[in-house]
Amino acid sequence: MTVWEVLGTVLLIGLKSVALLVALLVFIAYALLADRKIWAAVQLRRGPNVVGPWGLFQSFADLLKFVLKEPVIPAGANKSLFLLAPLIFATLALAAWAVIPLADGWPIADINVGIIYIFAISSLGVYGVIMGGWASNSKYAFLGALRSAAQMVSYEVSLGFVIVTVLMCAGSLNLSQIVRAQDTSLGILGWYWLWLFPMFVVFFISALAETNRPPFDLPEAESELVAGYMVEYSSTPYLLFMLGEYVAIVTMCALGTILFLGGWLSPIPFAPFTWVPGLIWFALKASFLFFMIAMVKAMVPRYRYDQLMRLGWKVFLPLSLVMVFVVAFVLKLTGLAPVS
Amino acid sequence: MTAAAAFFYLFAAITVASGFMVVASRNPVVSVLFLILAFVNASGLFVLMGAEFLAMLLVVVYVGAVAVLFLFVVMMLDVDFAAMRQGFQDYLPVGGLIGAVFLVELLLVVGSWAIDPGLVHGPLAVSPGSETVTNTQALGLVLYTNYFFFFQIAGLILLVAMIGAIVLTLRDRPGVKRQDIAIQNARTQASAVEVRQVPTGQGVEV
Repeated sequence: MTVWEVLGTVLLIGLKSVALLVALLVFIAYALLADRKIWAAVQLRRGPNVVGPWGLFQSFADLLKFVLKEPVIPAGANKSLFLLAPLIFATLALAAWAVIPLADGWPIADINVGIIYIFAISSLGVYGVIMGGWASNSKYAFLGALRSAAQMVSYEVSLGFVIVTVLMCAGSLNLSQIVRAQDTSLGILGWYWLWLFPMFVVFFISALAETNRPPFDLPEAESELVAGYMVEYSSTPYLLFMLGEYVAIVTMCALGTILFLGGWLSPIPFAPFTWVPGLIWFALKASFLFFMIAMVKAMVPRYRYDQLMRLGWKVFLPLSLVMVFVVAFVLKLTGLAPVS
Repeated sequence: MTAAAAFFYLFAAITVASGFMVVASRNPVVSVLFLILAFVNASGLFVLMGAEFLAMLLVVVYVGAVAVLFLFVVMMLDVDFAAMRQGFQDYLPVGGLIGAVFLVELLLVVGSWAIDPGLVHGPLAVSPGSETVTNTQALGLVLYTNYFFFFQIAGLILLVAMIGAIVLTLRDRPGVKRQDIAIQNARTQASAVEVRQVPTGQGVEV
């Protein structure tokens, strides 16, 4: 391979990444707006409706506001770690998108261990939170960071077992292969959400806890901890934390789409519906999951901390562990296990 | 120089540098963060060797779980750095001597190593070629067939360690109010609420 070929490959990957990044950020800007609008609608409010028609430019106005504000760094803070934390948080959240197949053959990096890569990257996100909480040199921020660390580590365990059950059914760690394994003549009924329904529920709730969404938003519980690990942040660093959080949520929606809702596949597997590009099906399914997450935020009250831990360790962990056994047993017994 | 070599030197340099900073940095929290950087770069080295499963496992297990607990403990401990560094000058000769002895031993042992020329080119005989199976599959095939007994023993040892840790820390303290969800849910209106007619001015005995 000559130098020019290497440069060309690098340039192509760079262009793809930038295109994905821009599309993702625009999607997240509107996901954020949708989140606020849904929340408002449940509470019989209008939500943001001033900037642009129906408030469509609200997220961009917020972006401008955050960027133009003055970043305040507390005097007792560890300055370099304080500024590094939100950068790490946002970058890691975005890094997970390198392996996500938005349509057939579309991932930027089609690696064999894609699902473990996402799992690893999302488990790294906790460092942004801990570093931010510790470097702020504030009691509230530190308590929020400790809570968040415990919470994210706890729910990662059950999330891991959920992924294992899906892997056993699909027989591959590659995200594209997992979607292709769901491509049967049954269409929507052949996807894993039906066959592994309990695991889909566990995945959804664990995803809420993993991304610190209500009802598990204890790291930033406003009523007790003001804003948790974010309390000392302002301006662009705060924006990065917010952005990282929403990117992580959309990543979880995409992961749920791939693992349980058949990725880019059409729900009805014949002619007029299979003509629709896979990207559109993917976006619709991810948006549906995001809508459910937004509705949970509007409807369910916040959990108490010991209840959160009990749910993670005493309910989800045994349940998902038993499901791993049951699924393996059924696959072996019926001969449905994928052979390779 | 190929791209792989460039990345190797990048990852290797950062691994060594952050390994040095783990020992050298004054703040233990920063030390742990450098340790994490070393782990992440080591997993990058694994990726370059084509062992992507091990690389991801290193990140998930060491960085995602073990190092979080490290960081947790180090942050909670209130270490007095000035007191820790007080005797540094006195202990330096002894520590330096021990360090030198270890260094010489390491150099003698590692220096006499020779890599089997059969290993340098081509994969090991027992592992299937990387063209036929992914290395996740290759690992699984070896682990669950040839080394199944050792794998089970390792799991059993971990289980014993876990039970031991729980037994050591579990204390039955009296007077602690615990929430039992099953008992709460089993309560009915009849067992929880009592309606009484209270005569005016006399009160009622509970």
